[in-house]
Amino acid sequence: MRYLRYLIPLAAFVVLTGFLMKGLWMDPHTVPSPLIDKPAPEFRLTQVADPGKSIGRDDMLGKVWLLNVWASWCVSCREEHPVLVEFAKTGMVPIYGLDYKDTRDEALKWLERLGNPYQASLFDPDGRVGIDYGVYGVPETYVIDRTGTIRYKQIGPITPEILHDKIVPLLRKLNA
Amino acid sequence: MIAELGSFSLMVALAVALVQGILPIVGAARGNAAWMRLARPAARALFVLVVVAAACLVISFLRDDFSVVYVATNSTRALPLRYKVAAFWGGHEGSMLLWLLILSFWMFAVSLFSRHLPQEMVARILGVMGLIAVGFLLFILLTSSPFERLIPAPEEGRDLNPLLQDPGMVAHPPMLYMGYVGFSVAFAFAIAALLGGNLDATWARWSRPWTTVAWSFLTLGICLGSAWAYYTLGWGGWWFWDPVENASFMPWLAGTALMHSLAVTEKRGGFKVWTVLLAIFAFSLSLLGTFLVRSGVLTSVHAFANDPRRGVFILLFLSIVIGGSLALYAWRAPKVGLGERFELISRETMLLTNNVLFLSAAGAVLLGTLYPLFLDALGLSKISVGPPYFDVVFVPLMTPGLFLMGIGPLARWKQANLPEIGIRLKWAFGVSLITALLLPLALGRWSGLAAFGLWLALWIFAATMVNLWSRLRPLPVSGLAARLRALPLGYLGMLTAHVGVAVFITGVTLVKTYESEKDVQMDIGDTVTMGPYTFKFNGVTNGARENYLYARGAFEVSRNGHVLTTMSPEKHQFVVSKGEPSTVAAINRGFTRDLYVALGEQDGSSPTAWVVRVYYKPFVDWIWGGCLVMAIGGVLALSDRRYRFARSTSRDVAEPTLSATAAA
Repeated sequence: MRYLRYLIPLAAFVVLTGFLMKGLWMDPHTVPSPLIDKPAPEFRLTQVADPGKSIGRDDMLGKVWLLNVWASWCVSCREEHPVLVEFAKTGMVPIYGLDYKDTRDEALKWLERLGNPYQASLFDPDGRVGIDYGVYGVPETYVIDRTGTIRYKQIGPITPEILHDKIVPLLRKLNA
Repeated sequence: MIAELGSFSLMVALAVALVQGILPIVGAARGNAAWMRLARPAARALFVLVVVAAACLVISFLRDDFSVVYVATNSTRALPLRYKVAAFWGGHEGSMLLWLLILSFWMFAVSLFSRHLPQEMVARILGVMGLIAVGFLLFILLTSSPFERLIPAPEEGRDLNPLLQDPGMVAHPPMLYMGYVGFSVAFAFAIAALLGGNLDATWARWSRPWTTVAWSFLTLGICLGSAWAYYTLGWGGWWFWDPVENASFMPWLAGTALMHSLAVTEKRGGFKVWTVLLAIFAFSLSLLGTFLVRSGVLTSVHAFANDPRRGVFILLFLSIVIGGSLALYAWRAPKVGLGERFELISRETMLLTNNVLFLSAAGAVLLGTLYPLFLDALGLSKISVGPPYFDVVFVPLMTPGLFLMGIGPLARWKQANLPEIGIRLKWAFGVSLITALLLPLALGRWSGLAAFGLWLALWIFAATMVNLWSRLRPLPVSGLAARLRALPLGYLGMLTAHVGVAVFITGVTLVKTYESEKDVQMDIGDTVTMGPYTFKFNGVTNGARENYLYARGAFEVSRNGHVLTTMSPEKHQFVVSKGEPSTVAAINRGFTRDLYVALGEQDGSSPTAWVVRVYYKPFVDWIWGGCLVMAIGGVLALSDRRYRFARSTSRDVAEPTLSATAAA
């Protein structure tokens, strides 16, 4: 028995190898969210730019909108950001940000530096609203329709292809 | 022809590596002296062959031989000479060849500096390293040859990635690899010891200088990388916790633990099993880092899809090397025994705590780095684990270790007396605490975090000085220089490295707390003020240099009305690879602060207006200065007389007295 502990490092390594092996063959596919076609969870949060103003889910009823979860510390968001900034210029849909587990200071600096595609960003420092939305990680994007129902969820950065092939057609349909 | 010569050279090298990896180890097991003697000449031949291959690649670059795919993808005719050489390691294939080159360099070094080692030990060490070389040679020849031809050859190459066209590229990767791969020596020593079953103090004494030198290189390599990122990314950060950085940081953490553990094994014969395990970990993390960076599993799964053979190969290799050595460990370590016993309060305990903390930190970094992969593998998708995680986990893990750094070197081996240490350090504790509480006020704004960081730094520094003084005072010579010279370099090296840590913490703390930045739109004549400094924008001039166009801003910097200097940040647009323009920040460095100006985008409002980022970074250079001091500490320790190879027997006799003074 007392020799077993010498096997621990090996055992840990075997588990690690399993994950690495799987990692090699993985495709970054999106997992269907259980929230699709369900009402968007309720929230009321202050804005990043103005702690005095708050926005809630029901303020958004009646319009189709995008909720983009981001954070100033998130590397993939940096990658995604120019795509959003460009897309925001088309004015096709209002984009709201959910600033996840971040600080106001950092977030504002980030927006100032990289451009601000958002109508407003909601400030979620402890990630509580993020949990309600089932945020696995950042970035994530939700398409929410006029009735406040989630119609699409993108996990990971939005690429121009995803925007063009999935999000834009869906928005056309919802806005029709 | 040159490229074919390179390929051929690698094939011959593979044959030599097979001989080196098999015969000496078998010879050592069977007591066949002739087979064991093959190890040294084989290692030297392998080194020569790999150097020839590397030279072939360099020549292909210098001759703009675009019929070689690797050259065509990483160079152009107009690429300046220094980058044509550095383009060697600008891509995957060349990086692997650099890995192999440095591995064979280390083998060559072992073959030269191993005359005092028993024949069997040399055979096993070089044999193990030979087997690692076999793995890398197969990998290069089967999946990643830098000598593939492209017929017909294109007229012009695709250029080295603009971000890599920087002096940092010339020095950073070789330094880093010297460190990474240098841990293969300690690893080979550990495996050789497990195979031979003799893990004693002599074994530790042999491993120590190799570990220290690799660690010093790695420290410098990481430091160079960080300094490079600082001036080239244009937003003044110096560490980003990104997977590639973490890949180099994990072996550093394990290597630091290993260095300390080796000290115990050498001086006290303790921690034997633990030291072996750490040696395996340090090199395994180097290999894992190579896998993570090279296979692309982390940053982008797609990068890998075009050639899955590579990832599978590295993973297979990783499993054999790491899995094999951990299996060997599980089999042989129980027979080695744990070594000398020690009391709860002793230098051993402190070093053990240090080891556990460093290893936990490495584990935490590993977890943070692989977490996205784990989630992905479990079908939970792609996320990014950011600095919040690392800051939250890393700082609390390291803090007790840093506190112990003050106490540990003063504690006696085997059994120490806490009240006695308390008495010796009470002044260091009091003075560092009071200074740390007051210092932030002098810097303009009191902050708890700043006070805490400064306290740790001052505490380490003060305790180190108390330690030094306690060793200097009883020496029978007079004069500070003479007294310092009378101390062993190994000891001075340790103190130096610890002071380096204090310098580093000071830098990190102050820059985190007191840095300030402004993003402003500026037109000609506009000024921006930051603290006592005023920056006046005098416009941008355009021009061309070597292989890029540049836009060069001019900022007149004045302090309280006196003009100090002109700072000229640039944007570079490379002609061949038309990508994003790269940023070269202008940095006015100082002992206590950096002024940092970077050009952002051209602002649409007026043809002469730019978005400009101005940073004031107090004490930021102390971060790299601290790393440099740590590396110097490593070099000092390495120069200790007891590692000189032609050692007379009288020194061996003198050794116990030396450790006796160390304990006193």
